[in-house]
Amino acid sequence: MALVEVRNVKKYFSVTKGIVESLMTREATYVRAVDGISFEIEKGEVLGLAGESGSGKTTTGRLCVRLLRPTEGEIIYNGKDIATMKGKELRRMRRRIQFTFQDPTSSLNPRLKIGDAISDALKLQGIGSADERRGRTDEILERVGLSPASSFYNRLPHQLSGGQKQRVVFGRAIILNPEFVVTDEPVAMVDVSIKAQILDLMMDLKRELDLTYLFISHDLATSRHVCDRIAIMYLGKIVEVADRDRIYEDPLHPYAVGLMNAIPIPDPKAKKAEAVPRGEIPSPINPPSGCRFHPRCPMAFEKCPNEEPELRDLGNGRQVACHLYDN
Amino acid sequence: MANLLEIQNLTVEYKTRRGTARGVDNVNLNLEENKTLGLAGESGCGKSTLGRSIMRLVPYPGEVVGGKILMHLHHDVPYPKGVISKGIVNILDLNEDEIRALRGKEIAYIFQDPMTSLNPMIKVDKHFQEIMKAHDPEIEEEEIRGRAYEILDGLGISPERISDYPHQFSGGMRQRVMIGLGLALRPKLLIADEPTTSLDVIVEAQILEEIAELKELFNLTMILITHNLGVLAQTADDIAIMYTGRIMEQSPTELLFEDPLHPYAKALLESVPDVQHPEKKLSWIPGAPPDLIHPIPGCMYNPRCPHAMDICKTTIPDLITVDGGRLVACHLFRGD
Repeated sequence: MALVEVRNVKKYFSVTKGIVESLMTREATYVRAVDGISFEIEKGEVLGLAGESGSGKTTTGRLCVRLLRPTEGEIIYNGKDIATMKGKELRRMRRRIQFTFQDPTSSLNPRLKIGDAISDALKLQGIGSADERRGRTDEILERVGLSPASSFYNRLPHQLSGGQKQRVVFGRAIILNPEFVVTDEPVAMVDVSIKAQILDLMMDLKRELDLTYLFISHDLATSRHVCDRIAIMYLGKIVEVADRDRIYEDPLHPYAVGLMNAIPIPDPKAKKAEAVPRGEIPSPINPPSGCRFHPRCPMAFEKCPNEEPELRDLGNGRQVACHLYDN
Repeated sequence: MANLLEIQNLTVEYKTRRGTARGVDNVNLNLEENKTLGLAGESGCGKSTLGRSIMRLVPYPGEVVGGKILMHLHHDVPYPKGVISKGIVNILDLNEDEIRALRGKEIAYIFQDPMTSLNPMIKVDKHFQEIMKAHDPEIEEEEIRGRAYEILDGLGISPERISDYPHQFSGGMRQRVMIGLGLALRPKLLIADEPTTSLDVIVEAQILEEIAELKELFNLTMILITHNLGVLAQTADDIAIMYTGRIMEQSPTELLFEDPLHPYAKALLESVPDVQHPEKKLSWIPGAPPDLIHPIPGCMYNPRCPHAMDICKTTIPDLITVDGGRLVACHLFRGD
């Protein structure tokens, strides 16, 4: 059984209107950030979630840890639906599920010592005495490579480099011994020379603590180095899911093909082959009819604007939502 | 080919309360006409400061304290109070009126963040008018519109949108408007500072393609500043790698990727994820760059360098020519 199973989850954000507009129309408008997605994550797996800004990746991640409550659908974690959970039950469940935010600088309180930032999670969950919490925090600091712990505990975030701050963020995520961690663009803000250092830390923690990751990243080159499977999102929908190597070597969905072609390759001899899709991602308030990618799709035919393709299983763990692969 | 730009011993310092930091340290750089030079390095290495000093736009408290920036002008550049005659001029010797005449007309700069570089209060056509009128007060509105239409059309923006405000555009479109404004006066030299960093991969690829087309069309010489070596592999003719305000290596793009000379350039390339080679073991560089307010003697890379020798800790290596046209600043290379 999968550790996390997302079933037909939707998240709509309502759009506030001006007074005139609200008198004119009765209908509420929504940003359909996530519009009916389903996927599974097996225990011990790293699932990559890729796509452009505005495709709903971060919203999906936040739904999985219940920082947001889905408008519709079920999120089954370890056999239990957490989509509607609340109160104490939700708080207890949070010990098992953690989230790391994109920007380490803005996700750490600049006036809180990093040791306290890490141990706060224990305090909030009411675990241990002050001494025990301190001991556990030191252990975590060492584990994420901020050693010796005693010299790091009392530092403030501005006294750390970007890579070290990202280590604190991971320390804070693992102190409650979670089993599932959603990590949102962990290397987007760090310099290339230390990117690998953070990815290595992530993978070491995964091995030592038996973690499962949902890895959100727009950087497909990085995703290829860490993920087992990759799901590609476009405008609130999942358009393709496949094993890492397969999706890079032989993407099926025309959007996935375009995305792969657009990745800058650090090799001057590899000349850009195909063209990338024209235009930009449309607004999720009024998504295009039928297949949402059809206005930009080079392969679109008459069925595409009229009928929405479903995410279909093609076998071999491969799923694609495109009319080219019907039947 | 002749050089359009020659930078000689350029030094820029930032005077802060903690002390003085050298943002750019004794840099020499030649830029051939019609070529694209990539300027790469990690945050804080001085690549933007170097780009901005060419425009004389180093932000306070930064100041150019030494060196020359020589630009080759192909024709006389008139300005309200006189004319800069053609030939070689030192940009750092120009007075304020003269440098204003060059900005936009001869050298254009595209800033990193398109969200904050456009004025949110005025429409796009007004941006074009301001730029063009500043350099030619007599220009007709008709002509401004005509030229703006042509440029925007080339960038894939439908000309009706010229009367929209910046907030009505997406990030990619805004960056296109910035590029259009940069090219409005047909400059010779375009400095693009991280032009695609805040954009998605697909839009990034589109814009890089459009920049390459415009470069051909307008015969531009370009400096492309970016931390993304993948972007440079596809676009630059030569690449200069900077570290702590100094140039560590400058090589033709293919040679740099095939056989980087400087240990820093090598380490940097090894840390770049490559989607075509998932088996590549990504490595990282231990430690962090030194604080520029307390520079260390010798080569500033020595504490992180696996090949560091005694001489590295005492003597700053000169940028020397090796293997024909390549430049490297490292004691491992002793020159031809």
